[in-house]
Amino acid sequence: MPPDTALAVTGEPFLDLLGGFIVSLREAGLPVSLTENLDAMEAVGHIPLEDRDAFKYALAATLVKNHSHWRVFETVFEVYFSHRSSAHVLDEDAAAAMADLEDQMDLPPGEGGTGAGGAGGEAMTPEELAEALYQSLLQGNEAQMRAVARQSVRRYAGMEPGRPVGGTYYLYRTLRQLDLDGVLAKLLEAARNAAPEDQNSLDARLEADEYEHRIDQLKAEIEAEIRRGLVADRGVEAMSRTLRKPLPEDIDFMHASRDELKVLRQAIHPLTRKLAVRLARKRRRGRRGPLDFRSTVRHSLSTGGVPADPQFRPPRPHKPEIFVIADISGSVAAFARFTLHLVYALSGQFSRVRSFVFIDGIDEVTHLFEGTDDIMEAIHRVNTEADVVWVDGHSDYGHAFEAFWERAGREISPKSTVIILGDARNNYHASQSWVVKEMAHRARHTYWLNPEPKSYWDTGDSIVSDYAVYCDGAFECRNLRQLETFVDNLA
Amino acid sequence: MTTASARTDGPPETEPRFEEVADVRARLGEVEYLADDGIGGIVYLADRLGKPVLVEGPAGTGKTELAKAVAKITNSRLIRLQCYEGLDEAKALYEWNYKKQLLRIQAAGIEGSSDQGADWVDLEEDIFSEDFLLTRPLLEAIRAEDPVVLLIDEVDRVEVETEALLLELLSDYQVSIPELGTITARQIPLVFLTSNATRELSEALKRRCLYLYVDYPDMDREREIVLTKVPGITEALADQVARIVRSIRQLELKKAPSVSETLDWARTLMLLGVEKVDEQVATDTANILLKYHSDIAKATREFAKDGGQTAAKSMLG
Repeated sequence: MPPDTALAVTGEPFLDLLGGFIVSLREAGLPVSLTENLDAMEAVGHIPLEDRDAFKYALAATLVKNHSHWRVFETVFEVYFSHRSSAHVLDEDAAAAMADLEDQMDLPPGEGGTGAGGAGGEAMTPEELAEALYQSLLQGNEAQMRAVARQSVRRYAGMEPGRPVGGTYYLYRTLRQLDLDGVLAKLLEAARNAAPEDQNSLDARLEADEYEHRIDQLKAEIEAEIRRGLVADRGVEAMSRTLRKPLPEDIDFMHASRDELKVLRQAIHPLTRKLAVRLARKRRRGRRGPLDFRSTVRHSLSTGGVPADPQFRPPRPHKPEIFVIADISGSVAAFARFTLHLVYALSGQFSRVRSFVFIDGIDEVTHLFEGTDDIMEAIHRVNTEADVVWVDGHSDYGHAFEAFWERAGREISPKSTVIILGDARNNYHASQSWVVKEMAHRARHTYWLNPEPKSYWDTGDSIVSDYAVYCDGAFECRNLRQLETFVDNLA
Repeated sequence: MTTASARTDGPPETEPRFEEVADVRARLGEVEYLADDGIGGIVYLADRLGKPVLVEGPAGTGKTELAKAVAKITNSRLIRLQCYEGLDEAKALYEWNYKKQLLRIQAAGIEGSSDQGADWVDLEEDIFSEDFLLTRPLLEAIRAEDPVVLLIDEVDRVEVETEALLLELLSDYQVSIPELGTITARQIPLVFLTSNATRELSEALKRRCLYLYVDYPDMDREREIVLTKVPGITEALADQVARIVRSIRQLELKKAPSVSETLDWARTLMLLGVEKVDEQVATDTANILLKYHSDIAKATREFAKDGGQTAAKSMLG
């Protein structure tokens, strides 16, 4: 249908809603430009609101241009465009499924039956609900799982209108009551007992995976149910702020959870490629080898003897070299975890990466990253095998730098770039900043990346300025966005 | 707010190729491209809005296949530009066949004529005429009379500066050639750009496109794909294949198996006459699914463990 009619039908309120949606996305950090905004409004005119999937993907196609932003988009979309009636309408499938479950368990049908606004299964006791949960997971029936999720939230989350509490609290309460770990154990036990004699471990493993998958689906459904309730209670704008998860670029290294680190790891790779290109750029641009006379004459034949197209020998490539010196002490432990990932990713892009880790002693770990495909194994070996404790395992930058200079200082050449990662919290030891001065003197570039916010630099025992004065730049590097800024600013 | 119909200068309106979203899905299904729900909607939108589609995703998930399938269902010719580092205007847009031009000039000189003035004017027009223009894929797509689908493959391989070539083309479907003027498309082609996400594409490019992320399919869809593309495979085996690949993808691997690798594996299993997969078969044929030694080692280690043990471990994690 032509765009104008569609908008006329849905009209002003819909445009306002869409506008609010886009504002929320921008607040979450998604870069939605004006053109994209207009595209979205145009696109929406072509897709009917009823086809919810197509509608969601149509909006995503115009507004989300980076896959790592997808989770945030989905969350905000659920908040704005979910079913928003206050009476928690049970959709027909789920209601029918609930009735089926009750039949299976020989329970009396719940009051209100299967009609809209009804709540089949409300008469269940906690034990019966647990049984229903177990059955639905066993059979993998999605409609039943949805119905069970709805019931669990209604019963256990304890959502009261007007309560100033976040969604995670309700989620925690519900999950604690459901004891999903116990349910999984029961399912696996039953599967093991029911398994035929000749079932091999591969099949057993596949079954286990299937149950885990269903439990993940159930958790997601519970989360969605809680979110729907909160939206109905508090309204859309308030919700979108509290439910937002940070974009991968904004995840703070120091406080990242395990899941967030995983996301970060995936997001690192395009960045290291950019870094490699930046550092190698000056070397590649505009360089040509000497004139290749023979090839030029050959090519001139097609232009009637005129050497219109001079041919050159290919340039000998300069391999950019990187020295990475990373602090892996406790104060920057989380950052250290990330830097090791970064070092590993770098070694894939550069031809020569020498990596060193230190606390108060220093050790070279290049060999641990070379020739291994498994990043986790490499990091594990760094943590266990690197000989970085000299006296007491408290950071001593001075001694570490001295030891570095002794061991490898001579190998820094004008082709090298040196990157030092750490917070410069030196425990009041001697700074030995002459080492950094020498390094900067020899190397092409020297940079310092500090995971602490700038306002903390030089407070307490941090002596960043003593070192940074010799470097080509000291950068705050708390998340990927800042790391990207650093890469962009490279000469 | 302008709509596509209100564009005053630019290519003329093209007949919509699809009636509605369901139409797209059905027709894609007919050529055996099993699409996720979102894909149908986005192709429909691209047709209606006249915007190109940027398809991003891990390698081997059917991005190029999508363009080919759309070309088939709209009975269009597929024009393909394979991008690589060092791609420039001469290889992508157009090039003057200067060798031919030089020879033409020399030939004209040999023939000679008394009235050299008029001769030069003729010659000049002659040299910069269509005969001497080598059209590369992008220009070809613009000038085509018949319906055309333009596929710009692996656009993340070109450097950021080279993307500028594409910008004028993608927003206005026109190309400026200094000697000939601006050439506008006679009808708006469907344009697909694919990217393996090895680098961030520039904002300017992304702004002009609709974005589609094609991820690995979920288990049901993968099973369907195996059943469709591997004729003669049993349902049970297809189901097992889909399940095993899903489990493998959850491990932390250097390179997760893509859809094409799944299909290769399924075909191999069929050729080997395997009816049911067990650890031995899985270990022996793992090198078809996984292409790195450390990945293969990890996968075999995981599957040799007892099912219950691994589940307990992952719950703690």
